[in-house]
Amino acid sequence: MTTVTTFISALGKYDFLQSALLTAIMVGLMSGIIGSFIILRGMSLMGDAISHAVLPGVAIAYMLGINILIGASVFGILAALLIGFVAAHSKIKTDTSIGVVFSAFYALGFILISMAESATNLHHILFGNILAVSDQDILTTAIVLAIVIIFVVAFYKELLITSFDETFARTYGLNVQLIHYALMLVLTLVTVSALQTVGIILVVAMLITPAATAFLWTDHLGKMLVLAATVGVLASIVGLYLSYTFNWASGPAIVIVAAAMFLLSFIVSPKQAFLRFRR
Amino acid sequence: MLSIQDLTVAYDDTPVLTDVAVNFNAGKITGIIGPNGAGKSTMIKAALGLIKAKAGTVTFAGQPLKASQQKVAYVEQRKELDLTFPIAVRDVVTTGTYGKLGLFKSPGKAEKAASRDALAQVALTEFANRQIGNLSGGQLQRVFVARAIVQDAELIILDEPFVGIDLQSETAIMTILRAWRDAGKTIVVVHHDLNKVSAYFDELVILNHGIVAAGPTATVYNAQNIAAAFSSDLSAVLFTPQEVTS
Repeated sequence: MTTVTTFISALGKYDFLQSALLTAIMVGLMSGIIGSFIILRGMSLMGDAISHAVLPGVAIAYMLGINILIGASVFGILAALLIGFVAAHSKIKTDTSIGVVFSAFYALGFILISMAESATNLHHILFGNILAVSDQDILTTAIVLAIVIIFVVAFYKELLITSFDETFARTYGLNVQLIHYALMLVLTLVTVSALQTVGIILVVAMLITPAATAFLWTDHLGKMLVLAATVGVLASIVGLYLSYTFNWASGPAIVIVAAAMFLLSFIVSPKQAFLRFRR
Repeated sequence: MLSIQDLTVAYDDTPVLTDVAVNFNAGKITGIIGPNGAGKSTMIKAALGLIKAKAGTVTFAGQPLKASQQKVAYVEQRKELDLTFPIAVRDVVTTGTYGKLGLFKSPGKAEKAASRDALAQVALTEFANRQIGNLSGGQLQRVFVARAIVQDAELIILDEPFVGIDLQSETAIMTILRAWRDAGKTIVVVHHDLNKVSAYFDELVILNHGIVAAGPTATVYNAQNIAAAFSSDLSAVLFTPQEVTS
């Protein structure tokens, strides 16, 4: 337990650690919330795809010196549109379309990054570099968190019905496409924020694992959102602690904690009832 | 009255429905029957704008159906839903109020009361807090009928509502349909089981890629039309067989 006290006293001493913790908590919150909708819509692969497809946008933003949120958003939405377009205008199934589009974007991103910057940056983008978040990053992350919360509160009903019963939503005249692309845009913003804590490769884990864990505990969407956000935050805090203490990369540390929480829930949660079956 | 004119629908280049023209009258329960693949569900979905039609106009009470979306309730085939979704029975019914609420408004007391009332009408009050995956097929179908009640629609379209459900649920749903009919609403039911056609439907549309016959059930439900839409064998089983010559 001495390591915990060491971590806490380090938190008091070092600004960079405070910034890291704050960012990790905000990212945990937003990815749990948006991730819940991603898994309920059966879009885990799409979440993975969008998170990878933002890479060229990140590279171009670096080159041009603009905010990476803007570059990433453009490419995230472009990827979502392309995936939809290819699936709608050919006999190719959506998951195939996702595979083609996101790997192409990802490859393009690698080429652009290698043209733009040193290998250090690439490593940070891929695996996260939470101990180096700037005040600017914190502000951006806070804005994205605000957008996520406003989006989900304002469109809760629309997100619920399009996730649960899209046909019904269409029969009463809801523009389900607009909701879909708005969600993709917000997902892109969350992805970019999560880049700092867990890196591109593991963003999908932050989206899916806390949400999947929450799903095992509740039958109510609102509670699932709160629970997924809580799991995301807990995983982020504990992961950051492990990362600091054992000098692990922050991304893998956070994701492993989330996965452990999922495993525990898988065994003991009432919905799963794994223990009851085993008896 | 729901009026479909010159409706043509094709999947890729295979025509499913060609130049369909048919009316569904208000104050009637109209059944749509036809063999598998006849285009029953396709006709409904195209009319509702859920799939693209090559041609055709659809009006309800003289207005284009697109402009009357708040007046329509559609109960689709249950197989297309995710039954693990974290939502309780009562909340599914409340989604029926979403269309009239519009954006940025949450269901309030009036909407929740309407949902409770609708659940009582389909005798599911005690299941209000259950997650929807914990219901039988018949109970689930009643939940979606309750949602249609909450929608307070003028036109109610049900796609195969009686498939795989218990008799009690079937009876409960028919009671609701008859109450709607008596209130002057237009009710359209896609149906595949020919047994209860005469008992359930005031009017009948017999479909097989085009309209085979349409009109009062007593008039159009006969050996000749069933033979034309299905097969003469089926027709012979359902209707008193005349001398079968071999």
